[in-house]
Amino acid sequence: MKRILSVAGTLIAALQEIFDEAAYARFLSRSGVASSGKAYAAFRREFEEAKVRRPKCC
Amino acid sequence: MLLGMNKTLALLMWGAVAVFGAVAVGAVALHRGEPINALWLVAAATCCYALAYRFYSKFIAAKILVLDGSRATPAERLENGRDFLVTNKWVVFGHHFAAIAGPGPLVGPVLAAQFGYLPGTMWVLAGAVFAGCVQDFVILLFSVRRDGKSLTEMAKDEIGIVGGFVAYAAVIAILVILLGVAALIVVNALKNSPWGTFTIAMTMPIALLMGVYLRRIRPGKVLEVSGLGFVLVLAAIWGGRYVSQNAVLAPMFSFGAPTLAILIIVYGFAASALPVWLLLAPRDYLSTFVKLGTIALLGLGIVALHPTLHMPALTRFVDGSGPVFAGKIFPFAFITIACGAISGFHALISSGTTPKLIARETETRMVGYGAMMCESAVAIMAIVAACVMEPGVYFAINSPAGIVGQAPAAAAATISGWGFPVTAAEMQALAHAVGEQTLYNRTGGAPAFAVGMAHIFSRSLGGESVMALWYHFALMFEALFILTVLDAGTRVARFMVQDALGHVYRPLGRTSWYPSILATSALIVALWGYFLWQGVKDPLGGINSLWPLFGISNQLLATVALCVATTIIIKTHRAKYAAVTLAPLAWLVAVTFTASWHKVFDSNPRVGFLAQAQALAAAPATSATGRLIFNNRLDAAVTGILVAMVTLVLLESARQWLGILRGTREARVREAPFVRTRLVEEEG
Repeated sequence: MKRILSVAGTLIAALQEIFDEAAYARFLSRSGVASSGKAYAAFRREFEEAKVRRPKCC
Repeated sequence: MLLGMNKTLALLMWGAVAVFGAVAVGAVALHRGEPINALWLVAAATCCYALAYRFYSKFIAAKILVLDGSRATPAERLENGRDFLVTNKWVVFGHHFAAIAGPGPLVGPVLAAQFGYLPGTMWVLAGAVFAGCVQDFVILLFSVRRDGKSLTEMAKDEIGIVGGFVAYAAVIAILVILLGVAALIVVNALKNSPWGTFTIAMTMPIALLMGVYLRRIRPGKVLEVSGLGFVLVLAAIWGGRYVSQNAVLAPMFSFGAPTLAILIIVYGFAASALPVWLLLAPRDYLSTFVKLGTIALLGLGIVALHPTLHMPALTRFVDGSGPVFAGKIFPFAFITIACGAISGFHALISSGTTPKLIARETETRMVGYGAMMCESAVAIMAIVAACVMEPGVYFAINSPAGIVGQAPAAAAATISGWGFPVTAAEMQALAHAVGEQTLYNRTGGAPAFAVGMAHIFSRSLGGESVMALWYHFALMFEALFILTVLDAGTRVARFMVQDALGHVYRPLGRTSWYPSILATSALIVALWGYFLWQGVKDPLGGINSLWPLFGISNQLLATVALCVATTIIIKTHRAKYAAVTLAPLAWLVAVTFTASWHKVFDSNPRVGFLAQAQALAAAPATSATGRLIFNNRLDAAVTGILVAMVTLVLLESARQWLGILRGTREARVREAPFVRTRLVEEEG
């Protein structure tokens, strides 16, 4: 059971990283602000600068 | 005693895997006549991957790269909570796989299936194990040891300024050609398909809704909103049937290829030039969500339903006369399938975001080598999807009108004459079953893959009655993530051009200066838009010319990556193991240079660009003749320039290798200095 929970936890962590939820959580923690529409917009603005440079494969 | 028993047990187990793998590969390679079950391909692939990962990647890790778990990675040393971040290895693995898995491993194998299932399967397995996985692994590790530097920076540092410049130019060229070909696949998939076009059009309001949800209702809850978006997309697919059958709505969503091409060009420009994250970011998430889900579903479906492959092991088209694309099995099978075997593009991702997330050097093996094995498995699934169809149906979908004719009866007669029986009535019934007017001349690979996938799933999940839904689901899935590649790729290319132009005139390099944004976006879109337009207007369907061009440029980029890797291996005094990267490099040089020679100089007008230009000049002139001649000459020139640039990198690299081996050149590597990791100390 412990093993299953650990695998599920890792899977969720991977999905959160792929879908940038983890990056948003880090942004909130770094900026010391609570989650809000304004905070998410600021995160997107900062994130876009780096994100757009990431190539996606064919 | 216990250790000895474990060793014996492991030996027996791996021996059994090797024997079973040999039997499976033998069955795939030697079986003739009767159709073969897809599970043989799955078994052969699973055993090959397991053996390669356990033994070959371990050998590379231990003897060549000498992975050092005590050495701090850039994620640890330069951690900033943004780009550089110590991340769980499975999370990095998922992130890396999501970035490298695009439409390539699905489309390439479908096109190469014209040779039969055998050539594609063998190249995907051998290419991945000995070339693609090796490239991704070594480039990832070398980038980790250089603070996450990009391929172009490593080429400049290790090979020289020529290497750096050529790598940069090759990246721009491959992006432009890739985007043109990707857009052409979408055009071919959606032309005169109101159902497909409606579904894709609906992803825009759905993405906007997701954007509003993320901004106003539940900020940052991307997984949640992606699930919601997925449900809405399924509803759009279901609604598409109604649109396609409605006399008023159907014409509104039914476009010819030129109109679709213009719409996609306008979309590409808007996506690059406008601050439209409200639309693009949610679409990107939606695309990733659908992509990962569909790949998992397809894998499970193939294993659970184990369909029979109707395509023979080898077809008569190994002689180069294939209708899907012209050219012999060597070299064209090996440039048609890139991403599933080896793709230069992966080297960009292995030296992009991923090296900045790796916690320990030892994890590069699983992430670099392992993720590419999964990508290769996706290519095997695509081969299965293409080969479950009756060969006659496969060729009817993938053959351009210029080869088989416009009329259904004539096309069916031509294809049946090749030895692959198909009737016009059969094709009409299939088109009706998937909700299309016709399935003839749907070149590009995406519709054939969609039919194959629908065929696999509809057998057990809903039967014939839901085949149209599965078909349009597969079509939506491909078109959605190709469009995501298109907008992300256009932006990446725009930033690269802006970076370069910034050296000439500083304001041009500013990513917030609108005149520069507009000018560089227009330049990039014009370049790939030209290739798209050329493909749309090509009487042979465009794929015949453009997919080989894309394959050549992609594999030439892999050649540059392997040159960088070999140079570093020789510089680190491990020349005796250099064959690990030199052998795939030699193979790629043989393949790409031969393919380039054929594409430029072959006397067959269906293969050689110059011969086709000559044939067009000799034929009675039409209004399009001048443009077609120019396009063929342009394609020949682009191929020639790419080969010349890579030849320069090869010569420059060889000069380095010889100098180092003779002792006349200093073997200086540009690695970051060794710093002991705190992660190990903390654990110890």
